Amino acid sequence: MPNKTFFWFFLPTGLAMILFIGLPIISTGIQSFYAQHDQVVKEVKKCDPFGCTVSIVVDNEETSKIREAKPLGKFNGFGTYTDRNHLAVEEIKKFWNETESFGAFVDQVTNLPFYKALIFTLTYCLFVTPNVLLLGFIIALSLNAVARKIRGPLIFGTILPMIVTPLVGSLVLFWMIDSQGIIGANIQNLMNDPYLSLKSSKTLTWITIIIYGIWHHSPFAFVVFYAALQTVPQEPIEAAIIDGASRIQRIKHIVLPHIYPVVTFVALISLMDNFRVFEPIIGFSAEGSAQSLSWLIYDNLVNEEVILFGSAAATSMMTIIGIAILLAPVLIRTWKEFKTAR
Amino acid sequence: MRKILVTLLFLLFGTSAFADCNIKSGSINILANDFPALRTFVETSKQCKGSADFKVTHSSEHNKIAVPALTANPSEFSARIAANSSIVPLMNQDLIRPLDDLVKKYGKGIQDSQLITIDGKVMAVAFMANTQHLYYREDVLKDLGIAIPKTYEEVVAASEKIRASGKMQYPYAAAYKAGWNLAEEFVNMFIGHGGEFFKSGSAEPNINNAKGVATLNMLKKLSELSNPDYLTHDSEAIKVEWESGNVALMTLWASRSGTLLDDEGDPNITKATKLTGPATVGGGNIPAATLWWDGFTLAKNRSDADAEATFRSLAHAASNKKMVADAADQAVWLVEGFVPGPKSIGVIEAVKMGAKPYPMLPQMGLMHGALGSEIVEFLQGKESAEQALKDVEAAYISKAKEQGFL
Repeated sequence: MPNKTFFWFFLPTGLAMILFIGLPIISTGIQSFYAQHDQVVKEVKKCDPFGCTVSIVVDNEETSKIREAKPLGKFNGFGTYTDRNHLAVEEIKKFWNETESFGAFVDQVTNLPFYKALIFTLTYCLFVTPNVLLLGFIIALSLNAVARKIRGPLIFGTILPMIVTPLVGSLVLFWMIDSQGIIGANIQNLMNDPYLSLKSSKTLTWITIIIYGIWHHSPFAFVVFYAALQTVPQEPIEAAIIDGASRIQRIKHIVLPHIYPVVTFVALISLMDNFRVFEPIIGFSAEGSAQSLSWLIYDNLVNEEVILFGSAAATSMMTIIGIAILLAPVLIRTWKEFKTAR
Repeated sequence: MRKILVTLLFLLFGTSAFADCNIKSGSINILANDFPALRTFVETSKQCKGSADFKVTHSSEHNKIAVPALTANPSEFSARIAANSSIVPLMNQDLIRPLDDLVKKYGKGIQDSQLITIDGKVMAVAFMANTQHLYYREDVLKDLGIAIPKTYEEVVAASEKIRASGKMQYPYAAAYKAGWNLAEEFVNMFIGHGGEFFKSGSAEPNINNAKGVATLNMLKKLSELSNPDYLTHDSEAIKVEWESGNVALMTLWASRSGTLLDDEGDPNITKATKLTGPATVGGGNIPAATLWWDGFTLAKNRSDADAEATFRSLAHAASNKKMVADAADQAVWLVEGFVPGPKSIGVIEAVKMGAKPYPMLPQMGLMHGALGSEIVEFLQGKESAEQALKDVEAAYISKAKEQGFL
């Protein structure tokens, strides 16, 4: 496609992306450098049906004056980024000096909210992404091999997990693993431990969420792989069969190299999706044991009665940076291939 | 405290006139939590809408919508049914209007004790009271010869006895779901131990002390007697546990007693379900519970005509003797004419015992939020009480600094 045609083709999409993705990110970025003004409080008498007390309220007249002068808030630089609820620079320095062993240091650091969330998010990505790729590929291969007649219904059945709304899917599983649910009760029987609960143990909660993630995301990988498999040329495969190559050898040397770009694509999308893991945490009510970066943002925005825009913005920016870092190796590789191809 | 007793017990003899409902114009849009008493309240006010537009949104997610919806100008809602805690963010952001003029003009039937005044200005009109208190299974306690527990130490002892008897594996329940619910349990227990959340006159946290540790240890003891999934259980979930007969002692909101004692579910369990006041803890004499009021507030960013129409229609409900007589078992109404029934025992006992109201401080929401996430690991046995309290304070301090409270 000539560059000019491409430009006009891409323009509407590009504009929409700048308007609905680019500008909001810039605004979030700016917001993350600001904190609220110092609160002006005053002591007043408060009376309710249970009696009167003297206590403090925010002085709205004073506050609105300050707000009008500087609507964005107090400039905080990287203050929000480095505070305890985010990168916790000072706390980490302190832990490093105070703790005796490296294990104790790691313990202290992973107790900080941001790192706790980061570790869960990374663990989730690390386990879910490869398994999704693998499972999706195996399903695609198997379905490609079954008779055409039953393929349609089978494909439909396979993509069901993707069709089910994430929240509904996780809720169904949540009820099944309840200590009185079908899975939970059976595991208790199996382990002969009436106190075993999938929901109260941190490790088991993580495993549940990861299994759910694999179940939910595999169909996407499957659909893309299945489409790619249809484009594999038959001649080299037939030639390989004649040469006596086994099924595994054929997959390894012909099919995989052919669909390799698609694998990269699925890996990229999958990584991005998994890094933003959020719905299963809500669906499984797993806030106690598993927090992800997206959940932290949500928590700052809605779980408090006071909304923490600065904190949420800072975490959002760091999530974007995190995704960029994760994707960097794949992107660099694609770029290199693109250059050599030219 | 005396005020509420007067309100609750002697209201029969009062006289009042209903607010008149001759509303000519304006539009009314109400945001409220979703439980039976509030639905009754809003329905009653609808009878008095005159020729105004009337809309209502009942949502358990009301806290998440309130501030953004009322910040808009004109605001989406003309009124918000709030409580001690949820009025604070509205006050912090200056989103609600003083009601003095309207009360004077249209609030004939509203009693003085219903008015929430802050700095001399009426900011809300309360109509019901709420608290968390103990529920017990009379049959189970009688069988095992256990007296009705008055303190949380007795609750623990009773639960252990029930477990030892083999009747129930997890005899105790409370809403310990990580987040708001769990933090609320901490708040109750901490107040029961006589704790103050902030150093006097400042927003500096003050929970990492012996009282905080005692609070956490008691929560832990109780959690060990609860269903192992307790960190995922909210009020609704423990209500279900109770109705399935898995629990014999429970701390739950008074406003939920109506659904526990209704005709649905096993009649034997319903019959044996009894209410008592909140328990004390650690030898303290005030209950480990907080008092709550629910009341209505009016949005600032809305025309005066709308505010007037909304006030008149809501005032009709907030002074409606017929409503409180018909729905006497749905809530402990603060409205004139309410005769407390057996389902109001919890709140009345709490008031008699001198329970404190939930602290209405601008920075309390941040403390509540920090508690909800940072004490979980202690309950899971992953860190010490001191460490958990240190974490809560540190998390709170960062948030309070960002919000400009420190």
